[in-house]
Amino acid sequence: MQISDFFRGSPDGIDVHGPKVLLSFQVGSLTINLTETIVISWGIILAVTLLLLWLTSGMKTRNISKRQVVAEWIVQTVYDLVESSMGKRWRSFAPYIGALFTFSILGSLISMLGLRSVTADYNAPLAWALVTFVMIHATNIRTNGIGGYLKGYVDPVPVMLPINVLSELSTPVSMSLRHFGNIVSGMVITSLVYFALSVITKSVGVAFMTIGIPAVLSLYFDLFSGFMQAFVFIMLTMAYISNADGRPQEA
Amino acid sequence: MESNEMARAIVLGASALGAGTAMVAGIGPGIGEGFAVGKACESIGRQPESSGAVTRTMFIGCAVAESTGIYGLLVALLLMFANPFIGKL
Repeated sequence: MQISDFFRGSPDGIDVHGPKVLLSFQVGSLTINLTETIVISWGIILAVTLLLLWLTSGMKTRNISKRQVVAEWIVQTVYDLVESSMGKRWRSFAPYIGALFTFSILGSLISMLGLRSVTADYNAPLAWALVTFVMIHATNIRTNGIGGYLKGYVDPVPVMLPINVLSELSTPVSMSLRHFGNIVSGMVITSLVYFALSVITKSVGVAFMTIGIPAVLSLYFDLFSGFMQAFVFIMLTMAYISNADGRPQEA
Repeated sequence: MESNEMARAIVLGASALGAGTAMVAGIGPGIGEGFAVGKACESIGRQPESSGAVTRTMFIGCAVAESTGIYGLLVALLLMFANPFIGKL
């Protein structure tokens, strides 16, 4: 074991890598990679779709079943959250917010099953942040019109134009990097600790340190961090979208 | 060949130092978030009925304040696992 192995990641040392490319095919001059992230995302989408189909099958208005109660509770919680943080006008955004939260938290928690977190690939948070970015600007244009939207860039004085453009562009970057950085730092720290524990085990010969410590780390880095980042992501999305129209928020 | 090994060692060592130094960025968010949480605790103590809103706002603020620390971390991770300087030797 040399010091340089620590940085490159030797076979028996730490192993921090990007998502594996499972398939790669050419469309014209464009190479499309089918990565681990995409396949796991499809799995999550499929699982959530099947679960929701099961929850919402056979809905009735009276004598409701237990699973209908669960389905109604989920919908009600999401709508209440959106109404309390964005106001009643923005109820129509609730499905997007709910979907984003579900995808984000399941994408982070999938690491509890031993799979690679979807959110530990920068493409996933970047894609969500770009969708939010488009939504912010679409909302702004819809409420203020093209003229009002463009006027927002030269708002106090025209000299502020580059600064305003930069601050708009930095929104998706900071949102996605925050989510990605939190999840990936958890992944790296966990693998560093696993590596250190395996070294201790090798030198002592008894695996007494590997009991308990990984569980505590996983509790913080997978459960808490995954939930927190999903929550922060949707809260920021809601704050940005509801601030985009420039009107004061109703309670 | 000898000097190439030497250059490689220097780059690796400097990258390790750089990764460690990048994480000095963790000081700022640490202080800032501690301050924010302290203020949030104070205001919850003063108005316990608004604890929900205060907690939510505090978490958002903490997440935003954390950005600079996360950027430092990303630089450190790049230096450790996707070193851009090794390829330039």
